[in-house]
Amino acid sequence: MGSVSEFFQHFLNGLTLGGIYALIALGYTMVYGILKFINFAHGDILMVGAYIGLFVFDFLRGSTPLGPWWFFAFLLAMICSMVACGLLGMFIEKIAYKPLRKATRLAPLLSAIGVSFVLSNTAAWVFGTQSRKLEYPFDNTPIVIGSGLNGVSVTPHQILVLCASAVMMIVLKLFVDKTRMGKAMRATSLDQDTSKLMGIKSDHVISLTFAIGSALAACGGMLIALDFKVYATMGTMVGLKAFVAAVVGGIGNISGAMLGGLLLGLLETFGVAVLGIPQGYKDAIAFGVLILILLFKPDGLLGKNEKEKV
Amino acid sequence: MSSMLAINDIHVSYGNIKALKGVSIEAQQGQIVCLIGANGAGKSTLLRAIVGLEPLVMGSIEFNGEKIAEGRTEHGKPHVVLTEQICARGISLVPEGRRVFADMTVEENLDMGAFLVRDKALIIKRKSEMYDFFPILWQRRKQKTRSLSGGEQQMMAIARALMSDPRLLLLDEPGLGLAPLVVQDIFSKISIINKENKVTVFLVEQNARMALKASDNGYVMENGLIVLSDRADALLVNEQVKSAYLGQ
Repeated sequence: MGSVSEFFQHFLNGLTLGGIYALIALGYTMVYGILKFINFAHGDILMVGAYIGLFVFDFLRGSTPLGPWWFFAFLLAMICSMVACGLLGMFIEKIAYKPLRKATRLAPLLSAIGVSFVLSNTAAWVFGTQSRKLEYPFDNTPIVIGSGLNGVSVTPHQILVLCASAVMMIVLKLFVDKTRMGKAMRATSLDQDTSKLMGIKSDHVISLTFAIGSALAACGGMLIALDFKVYATMGTMVGLKAFVAAVVGGIGNISGAMLGGLLLGLLETFGVAVLGIPQGYKDAIAFGVLILILLFKPDGLLGKNEKEKV
Repeated sequence: MSSMLAINDIHVSYGNIKALKGVSIEAQQGQIVCLIGANGAGKSTLLRAIVGLEPLVMGSIEFNGEKIAEGRTEHGKPHVVLTEQICARGISLVPEGRRVFADMTVEENLDMGAFLVRDKALIIKRKSEMYDFFPILWQRRKQKTRSLSGGEQQMMAIARALMSDPRLLLLDEPGLGLAPLVVQDIFSKISIINKENKVTVFLVEQNARMALKASDNGYVMENGLIVLSDRADALLVNEQVKSAYLGQ
C-alpha cells in the first residue's frame, strides 16, 4: 500500500509547514482581534527573530562539535530570540501604533507598512544582503518509519517543528482560556469600552498582545530558518501566507488562526503532490484559497457571522 | 445626607452637535434616582460622561465629594478619572444594550466584573452570592453568554457590574427590549440591590412608569436639558409627565 504511506508522508509534511504558518498567523489574528488592524510588520519581526536566534546560537555553540549541547544552545537561542522580539513588538507598538490609536483606521496600517520597510532595510544594511545559514542543532538525517515503499520518513527538524508549534499553541490556548490576563485579553478584543469599565487597562492588554504575537513569530522564524535561509526579506512571503491563514481561519479568532495555518500548510503540500500543481506555482495556492474564502465565506472558517441580540 | 453623585452643569458635544447643554443632577447616598426621556434626549451620553467615556466640554462631575471629570479649564489639563479607574472608585455601569462578552461564558463574564479583585476566595464568594440572587445564571454559568435570552443577559450584565461591589450602580435602559414581566423582575431586583446592599442607583430609562415607581427622585430630560425634576411619586402624577411619558 504505497499510496497510504505516501498520503501520510504528505500529511506530515503539510502539518509541519502548517504548524509554522499557524504560529505566525496567531500574531496577526491576536493584534487584529484587539486593535482591528493588520500588523504588516509582523513578517519582519519573524526575520529579526531568526537573525537574533542565529547569532545567539552561533555564539553559544562556538567551535564545539555537533552534540547534545547544540540542541540545548538552540533552545536557549530560541528563548532569547522570543524575549527580544517580544520587547521589540511592544516597542514598535509604543512608537508606531499607539500615537495613531485615535486616527483613521488606515493610518496604523500605513504605519505598519512603514515599520516593515524600516526593519527589512535596516537588517539588509546591518547584516548585509548575503543570506546566512542557521545550522541544524542535530543530525537531520531522516528517520524512516516502516520499510521500502511503505516507509514514511520524518526528519528530526519536522519533529522539532511539530513539537514546538504544538507546545506553543497549547500554552497560548491555556493562557487565553484560563488565566486572568488571558481572559482580560479576550474581553478587550470582544468589547474594549466595556472591558475598561471592569478596570481592565487596555494599554497593558495591547502591549501584552504584541509581546506574545512577536514572540511566537520569533519562534516561527527560527523554525523556518533551519530549512531555508536567514535574509532580510525572508519574512515577506511567509508573513503574507500566515496572514492568509489568519483570514481563512477567521481573523481575530485564535483557534481559527491555528486551523487556518494547518489547513494552508496541508493544502500547499497536497496541491503540489496530489493535484500536480507545479512547485513554482505553490505560492498561488495560498492566495487562491484567500480569494475563494473572501468570495464564499468572508468571515473565515471560524469567523462569527451572527446578528446581535437586541 | 451627603450627595454621592453631583453633576454640575455639564456640556458634552459630538463634533458640532451638542448632546448635553448644561445638565445638573444629584443623587444622595442610598437613593434610587432615575432619568427619563425620549430616545436621543442625551440620557446615555450622560452616563457615558460619568464613567469617562465621553469628555466634558464644560462643567464637572463629583463622586463622594471628589471631582472625577471636568471640562476644559483656563489653567492646564482638566482633571479626569479614566474609564479604567472608575471601577476602582466604586462606580459600575451596566451599559446600554447590556454589552455582555458574548463569546465568554457567564462565569467568565462575572470573573471579568471582578477583574480588580485580587482575592480569589472573595471572587468565589461574590459569584455564589450572584448565583443565589439570580438563580438562572447558576444554570447558565457554563454557557456562552450569546446563548442567553435578552432578560438573562440583562441579569448577567447587572451581576457582572455588582462583582466589583460598587457603591454607585449606573444602569442604562435596563428594560430595553424586554417583555413586561421580565422588566418587572429586573426592577424588583434593582430595588433589592438598593435596599439590602446599600448601593446607590442612578438609572436611565425610556420606560418612565417602571423607572419612576422604583425611584426616590426623578429627572426628565429633553434635547440635552433637564426640563423637570421632583420626587418620583410627584412626577408620576405630574400632568406634563403623564401626557408625554406615561401615555395618559
